[in-house]
Amino acid sequence: MSESKYKQYIWELPVRISHWVNVLSIVILSLTGILIGNPAFIDSSPTAYLMGWIRFIHFVCAYAFAVSVIARMIWSVRGNCYAGWREYFPFFSKEGRKDMKDVFDYYTFRSSRVPETVGHNPVAATAYFGLFLLYWFMILTGFAMYAEHAPGGVMHSLLKPVYLMFTTQQMHLYHHLVMYLIIGFVINHIYSAWFMDIKEKGGEISSMFSGYKFTTSRYAVCKSKQWEFFPWSGKKN
Amino acid sequence: MDSKKAISEEAGGFSVARLLQERGVSRRDFVKFCSTVTAAMALPATMVPKVVHALDKVQRPTLVWLNFQDCTGDTEALLRSANPTVGELVLDILSVDYHETIMAAAGHQAEAALEKTVKEFKGKYLCVVEGSIPLKDGGVYGCIGGKTFEQIAKHVCGNAAATIAVGTCAAYGGIAAAVPNPSGAVGVREAVSGATVLNLPGCPCNADNLTAVVVHFLTFGKLPAMDSHGRPLFAHGKRIHDNCERRPHFDAGQYVEKWGDDAHRKGFCLYKMGCKGPATFHNCPTQRFNERISWPVAAGHGCVGCSEPQFWDTSPVYRRLPNVPGFGIEKNADTIGLAFAAGVGGAFAIHGAMSALRKDKPAAEETKKEGEE
Repeated sequence: MSESKYKQYIWELPVRISHWVNVLSIVILSLTGILIGNPAFIDSSPTAYLMGWIRFIHFVCAYAFAVSVIARMIWSVRGNCYAGWREYFPFFSKEGRKDMKDVFDYYTFRSSRVPETVGHNPVAATAYFGLFLLYWFMILTGFAMYAEHAPGGVMHSLLKPVYLMFTTQQMHLYHHLVMYLIIGFVINHIYSAWFMDIKEKGGEISSMFSGYKFTTSRYAVCKSKQWEFFPWSGKKN
Repeated sequence: MDSKKAISEEAGGFSVARLLQERGVSRRDFVKFCSTVTAAMALPATMVPKVVHALDKVQRPTLVWLNFQDCTGDTEALLRSANPTVGELVLDILSVDYHETIMAAAGHQAEAALEKTVKEFKGKYLCVVEGSIPLKDGGVYGCIGGKTFEQIAKHVCGNAAATIAVGTCAAYGGIAAAVPNPSGAVGVREAVSGATVLNLPGCPCNADNLTAVVVHFLTFGKLPAMDSHGRPLFAHGKRIHDNCERRPHFDAGQYVEKWGDDAHRKGFCLYKMGCKGPATFHNCPTQRFNERISWPVAAGHGCVGCSEPQFWDTSPVYRRLPNVPGFGIEKNADTIGLAFAAGVGGAFAIHGAMSALRKDKPAAEETKKEGEE
C-alpha cells in the first residue's frame, strides 16, 4: 500500500476558521441552550446571576455563530472552488449525481471501491446544504426570540416574517428540536470524517487544521467547477 | 340610565364633568383618573390636560356590546369590580345601546335597538365584541334572532367606527378555536375583514386596558397604536417576563421546583413550573387586576400565556414546551431528541463495525485517470 500521494491545498483559512467557530459555538450553544430550557441549578445564590450569565454566553455565541455562517456564505462566492457554493448542489448536475451514487454505494456496502474526493464528498456536501438550512432556521428563530425583549426594535421589525410563521411557544419548541437534529448531524459528521480518514488515507481530519489533503493524482481537480447546473447553460466552457 | 339622560338633556347638553359630579366623583378624583389612564396608555404626563379636556368635551358616544361564543367572562370582569371606580363611570358615559347580559330589553325589542343604533349612528358608534365567531357549516353553530354570528358581526362591526375585540376568544378564537376547533371558530379580525378592529386579548381582558382604549378613542378620535396581532402597544408592547417582579430570581437561577416547596414559599421564579411569562406580551405585572391588587404570578401561579394567539394549543400550563406534533403527550421534545441522537449514534456504530470487516479496493482509479489527462 505504498502508493505515492500528492499534497494539495484545499481548505483556505476562512473556511477552517468558520468551521472551528461553528464547532465551538454549536457545542456552547447546545450546552447553554439545554440549561436555559431546563435550568438544573442547585442552591443558586441571589447574587450569582447564574441564568443571566448562561443566557449572556448563549447570546454571544449566537452572534459568533451567525457571523461565522454569514462569513462562510460570503466566502462561498469569494473563495476557491472547493469553498464555492456549487460544491453544495451536486444533485443539480448529472456528473454530481453520479458521484453521489458512488459515495452512497460505498457507504451502503454496495460497492467496495473507495471514492476519492478532493473537496467535499458530494453526499456530505448535500448534507451541509441541509445543515445550512437548519443553521438559518436556528439563527432566525433564535434571534426572533431574542428580539422579543424589544418589540418594535430594529431586529424585531426585520424578523417580522418569523413572528408571522410561528408563535413564540412554537419557536421555543422547534429551536429546541432542531438542536437535536444538529446533534445528530454532528455524530454523523465526526463518524464520517474518521471513517473517510481511514478509508481514503487523504488526511481528512488533519486537513481541517492544516488545509492540506493528500490525493492519488498529481493535480487536484475541483469537480464542481465543471458541473452543469442548468440544461440551458450549454457547453460554454 | 333614563334619569341620567334626562338630567344632562335638561342642562342643555351632555357634560361628563356634571355627570361625574352627580355621581359623587370630585373634580380632583376625575383629574386623578385622567392621570392614571394617561400613564396606562404610556403617554407622557403633558398629555393629561388633553385627556381631561377631551373627556370634558366628549359627545356622548354610542356603544354596542356583542356576545358570541363566549363565557361572558369579560363582561363579568368589567362589572364585578369591588367599588364603582371612576373608570367604570367613564364607561358609563358611553350610551350602551345593546348588551345582552345587562340590557332590560329582550327578543325583538333588543334586536330592534341594535338595528336602530347601526342605522342611526352608522360609522360613529363603538362596538365591543366578546367571544369567537364560528364559520363552519355556514356559521350555524351560533345564531341570534335567526342571524348567524358571522352575519351579525359583519353587519355591526362593519358599520362601526371601531371594534374592540375583548378577550382571547374575540381576538383569536380562543378556546373554541383550539384543536380540533369543531365549529371553525375565528376571531373578529378574521371573520370581518376590512373592519377596524383592536384586540384586547386575555382571559379575561383587563378592564383597565379597555377603559384606557375607550379614553384614547374619546381623546384622539382613533384607536391606539397596535402590534402585529392588533393589540394596543401600551398594554401588549412588553413581555411579562421583562416586567415581572420575580425576574431577579430568574436571572439568579433560583426556581420553584415543586408547588409549596421552600423556593415557592420564598417567591422564587416559576419558570420551571411552566410559567409562560417569557412568551407572553401583556401589562399584567404593572397594571395588575382588581384595583391593582394582584396578578397570577404575584399570587404564586405561573402565567399561562392567555393573551397569545393559539395559547390553548401551544402553551401547556405546567410545562415549558408544547407537545411535539405527531407524537403522543407522554413524549416531550427532549425524549424524542435524545432517542433520535441515540439512534444516529447506534446506526453509525453498526456501520463502523461492518466497515472494519469489509475489504476495499484501493482508492478510486477514476480520479487518477482524471489527474493524468
